Amino acid sequence: MSTVEKETLLHASRRDVLKASAALTVAFWLPQGRAIANGTAHAAFEPNAFIRIGTDGIVTVVSKHIEMGQGAYTGLATIVAEELDADWSRVRVEGAPADTKTYANLLFGSAMGTGGSSSISNSFDQLRKAGATARAMLVSAAAQKWKVPANEVTVSQGVVSHAASKRSATFDELAAEAAKVPAPADAKPKDASAYTLIGKPVARVDSRDKSTGRATFTQDIHLPGMLTAAVVHPPRFGAKVKGFDASQAKAVKGVKAVVAFETDVRSGVAVLATDFWTAKKARDLVTVEWDETAAYRGSTTELFREYRELAKQPGESAKKVGDAPAALESAAEVLEATYEFPYLAHASMEPLNCVVRIGAQDCEIWNGEQFQSIDQMVVARMLNLPPSNVTLHMLYAGGSFGRRANPHADYVAEAVAITKAAGVDVPVKMVWTREEDTKAGYYRPLYVHTLKAGLDKSGRLIAWQHRIVGQSIMAGTLFAGPGAIDATSVEGASNLPYTVPNLSVELHTTKNRVPVQWWRSVGSTHTAFSTECFLDDIARHTKQDPYALRKALLSADHKRHHATLDLVAEKSGWNRPRPEDEVWGLALHESFNSVVAQVAQLKRTANGLKLAKVICAVDCGLAVNPNIVAMQMEGGLGYGLAAALSGAVTLKDGVVEQGNFDDYPVLRMNQMPAVDVHIVPSTAKPTGVGEPGTPPIAPALANALALANGTPVRSLPLSAQGITLV
Amino acid sequence: MLTLDINGRKVETDAEPDTPLLWVLRDHLGMTGSKYGCGKALCGACTVHVNGAATRSCVLPVAAAASMKITTIEAVGDSPIGHAVQEAWIAENVPQCGYCQSGQVMSASALLATNKKPSDADIDAALSGNICRCATYVRIRSAIKRAAESLA
Repeated sequence: MSTVEKETLLHASRRDVLKASAALTVAFWLPQGRAIANGTAHAAFEPNAFIRIGTDGIVTVVSKHIEMGQGAYTGLATIVAEELDADWSRVRVEGAPADTKTYANLLFGSAMGTGGSSSISNSFDQLRKAGATARAMLVSAAAQKWKVPANEVTVSQGVVSHAASKRSATFDELAAEAAKVPAPADAKPKDASAYTLIGKPVARVDSRDKSTGRATFTQDIHLPGMLTAAVVHPPRFGAKVKGFDASQAKAVKGVKAVVAFETDVRSGVAVLATDFWTAKKARDLVTVEWDETAAYRGSTTELFREYRELAKQPGESAKKVGDAPAALESAAEVLEATYEFPYLAHASMEPLNCVVRIGAQDCEIWNGEQFQSIDQMVVARMLNLPPSNVTLHMLYAGGSFGRRANPHADYVAEAVAITKAAGVDVPVKMVWTREEDTKAGYYRPLYVHTLKAGLDKSGRLIAWQHRIVGQSIMAGTLFAGPGAIDATSVEGASNLPYTVPNLSVELHTTKNRVPVQWWRSVGSTHTAFSTECFLDDIARHTKQDPYALRKALLSADHKRHHATLDLVAEKSGWNRPRPEDEVWGLALHESFNSVVAQVAQLKRTANGLKLAKVICAVDCGLAVNPNIVAMQMEGGLGYGLAAALSGAVTLKDGVVEQGNFDDYPVLRMNQMPAVDVHIVPSTAKPTGVGEPGTPPIAPALANALALANGTPVRSLPLSAQGITLV
Repeated sequence: MLTLDINGRKVETDAEPDTPLLWVLRDHLGMTGSKYGCGKALCGACTVHVNGAATRSCVLPVAAAASMKITTIEAVGDSPIGHAVQEAWIAENVPQCGYCQSGQVMSASALLATNKKPSDADIDAALSGNICRCATYVRIRSAIKRAAESLA
């Protein structure tokens, strides 16, 4: 045993002391002897479930949403700090425990979870109220203590003051009194004109820890006695373990157990060992015999062929205006296009993982926890426990882009199944390799779209028919609706913002065993591309300017679309002469109630085309933190760009052909354009920012490429079409 | 038993000699700042300095690192360059999810140690081995330039 290992054992025992001494404090041990209390040990004033003021004056904001990069911790804390008039430098954030009643996502009904770019929008009023209530209690406490009228008491940067009597106190000094004040029901949030933090580029709360290696992700959790599990997944979706030979694996020093596991969605074998490398080495020595009776053996080339055929037939109606078939029949001219989209993996930087401890009557989970209600319910059912006995510690996630909110709790259930199969009472950290993360499914579905446009003699758009073919994300989950239309398959198409007198949006929902899931911006990942590229087809064919055509087709009640489009045109200089060596493409799309427009500026260089710059305009309502909005636009379009350039999961005879970043290439530094983000000024309630930056980049780029190369782009990724950028 | 020189300290480990340095750091020594992302030197999340050079620790057997000076994210801030890079990262609000950022900081620090005023092309060349799925690249570029200025 190394000296460091001895040290860790010493700290392990300290952890037990910590846990025993603070009943409400969930402490977990971390490497390097850092014991982190997930919560303030001494809360002096806890006005509600979202705010805790410690004896040290630190304001802890409890976030019901995970921080996975999107800036939720900073944004949510900003709202509270604003209403509380707290000192921003003394505000901390911690993840909420799983408590659906208290911490439900108000846009998800009664479920606790993070998604749909809703963290700020669903919390805005709730947290303003929470902050304003706490502030009112502190003010009452001060007024009573100093025997002065409450309306003469002011609060600024964490200090409560009464100017006339020259008295002041910090939050912690008033905490004991404030705790005795009944919470007022009518505390009024501030008027926007009084904001000092909201709307300002407040520094992120997590920058320092994430720049110094101190932030704790699931991958970083170490608990006393913990084992690490490496897994063998089936080669094809739906295959099951028939038998396995672990004799060689068990001979590896440090291996504690080799077990088969099965969940509702996956079967496999796990090797549990003292550390990851030992587990992984032993895992490579396990041979598994698979029962492939029910396994999926299809290929993506067959799927595309099948989907193209389906697209020739009318589908279920998702949206109907006028009579599109008749209008197409009578049109002077009909334009047609077919668009194809591959399966996409989320490929977060932190491969999926989960830490589980199963006790006699409880279960504790450490996870980049994105979907508490589902995870807690699934685990409780697996272990036959009441859900309240399943504790979820919400940690930072090293990306997710939707993947960690699996509607079947797939990887969380897998970690629980492994721990249960091993029959151990110590914690188990399940770690997938990059290859397992890429191959395990839950992809953005593969789609084929066909579009037809009918033009009258003067070139006016009189008919628009849009057929979409692909798997339903919601089918087979708790979120499946009653009708034939999965709204996530057609969103962005069925609510086309352009006015067309005869419109038909149709859907063919297909079924196969390839697991699919929401992927940053969901349906808009494909509908933005087909609608915005097809519109540019029409613009080119009728010799109209893409900006002018969009403006002409947007009705006056699409105010946010107009404002966003105008802003991107103004900031890019769309209506001014362009540099001779540049070709620009434009796209506009609404998702998660925000509207984003992007201009992709391609530059001709000696070595080929380069995406030099993207001008992005966004209307997201009130920008709680404009800097984070800009970050999400930059990152969102970078994520979309990666998929557009080279993202594709392909299957052959049921086997996923990609595994790591060599065959599933993602965006790198040299491919990232400069980005200018402009926010439409707004006082409307905040809308989404985590996802809306993603959809417009692929069509904006494709529209520029169509001009540069003289041929439209009809299929993604570009690399599969032989199109590369420098 | 191997003796390693990590962050200026001699550390002993009984890890198997073929264990990649990354897993010795993370699982044996409890230094979890360096991250696992791909295991094949494709993403750069595990980047450390080995004798000053940015190195992917996920493919470097610990036995091969035994005689070398290793610096990790846990101590890079002790050097003026590492400190300047981290402060620039914070000032530019670079990290989003943050998982890749230890590796980004290590690659940026190694670049600035040999190139006091890197051009965009220099930054592309030195940082293109470090993937960021949040695509924080615009801000990484700005932060490297900010750090270079603060060191000038």
